[in-house]
Amino acid sequence: MQETGRLNASEQRLGDLLNRGLAGDAPAYHAFLQELSVHLRAFLRKRLVRLPDEVEDLVQESLLAIHNQRHTYDAGQPLTAWIHAIAKYKLVDLLRRRAKRDLLTDPLDDEFDFASAADTEAADARRDLGKLLEQLPDRQRLPIVHMKLEGLSVAETARLTGMSESAVKVGVHRGLKALAAMIRSDA
Amino acid sequence: MRTDDLVTMLATGAGAVQPNQSARRYATAVAWGALGAALLMAALLGPRPNLAAAVLTPMFWVKVAFVACLAAASLPAALRLSRPGLRLSWVPGALSAPVIAIWLLAAVQLTRADATQRAALFFGETADSCPLLIALLSAPAFVAVMWAMKGLAPTRLRLAGAAAGLLSGAIGALVYSLHCPESGAPFIAFWYLLGMLIPTVVGAVLGPRLLRW
Repeated sequence: MQETGRLNASEQRLGDLLNRGLAGDAPAYHAFLQELSVHLRAFLRKRLVRLPDEVEDLVQESLLAIHNQRHTYDAGQPLTAWIHAIAKYKLVDLLRRRAKRDLLTDPLDDEFDFASAADTEAADARRDLGKLLEQLPDRQRLPIVHMKLEGLSVAETARLTGMSESAVKVGVHRGLKALAAMIRSDA
Repeated sequence: MRTDDLVTMLATGAGAVQPNQSARRYATAVAWGALGAALLMAALLGPRPNLAAAVLTPMFWVKVAFVACLAAASLPAALRLSRPGLRLSWVPGALSAPVIAIWLLAAVQLTRADATQRAALFFGETADSCPLLIALLSAPAFVAVMWAMKGLAPTRLRLAGAAAGLLSGAIGALVYSLHCPESGAPFIAFWYLLGMLIPTVVGAVLGPRLLRW
């Protein structure tokens, strides 16, 4: 009883942060993603007991997916079900990719994976999203770098890059989707 | 990139999100799909010549009601399957109700009919073209609904593709019913359903490939 009460309270808090974030409240959205990453890590760690090195990569992939698909959340819908459906979808996708790769590659690879895993810090992802970001075309990369990494406004980014304001917004949006697609085809 | 940095990056300048995007996308898709089907029908087939007289017969409206009910039930099916974490709940029931109703009506008509007329009730005059024409007319809606779904986040891709196919099939069949000269319930219960199932199967086959994200 007490357990479900606590879960409901945290779901309500998280849902409140997300709804405020979707309405444009940036600090609330940041807090939502922060709490979400903790929640996702616990959720995925339980389901990836045999692949602990993949957990942080999948946390990041799920965060990116949830951000990209945040327009599919409806305030009336249970938040946990929405989050878990996305995380599970990404988990199944990862396992399918791995199964395909393991079929194609030499079994020796597994041992290399194992050896390289030992020195990875648990909180660090193996895949560097920053490096993937560099591979995006300029019209997507520059808006992301200026707006989302340096924190400039749309207008400032537009002035700096010579792009129109709508092109800047589209560039950010498409760039983050392209990033998700690159993760999919890469691993 | 550390996870905390990713969180900061995603949150920075994220801005507000337009509400009700799924409903809006589907409204656009259904409108374009129906318009495309109507144009295709007008260009290739034309409405049946005796349409004005046909709208006075009950069987015309049975046909329209059957297809319209399927369209009305497959829309929430597609909508729910387009977004993560939603249950189908009452939707499968709503989908099967019109099918069961038309099958019952078909059974009644077949048992009441003379043995010599049964084949005519079932095959009508257009059985060989009806399912293919329905599938053809559903093509614009198929593309439009897949576009709508692609911009959302379906997680059960095969089922989502099938729902998108069924919705477009029902839109195609609704437009086709203005051309179709048939009025037997057994005909509608089988050939119309078959026509709508063609895009449904295509959607189920293509879904996992087209809808991945």
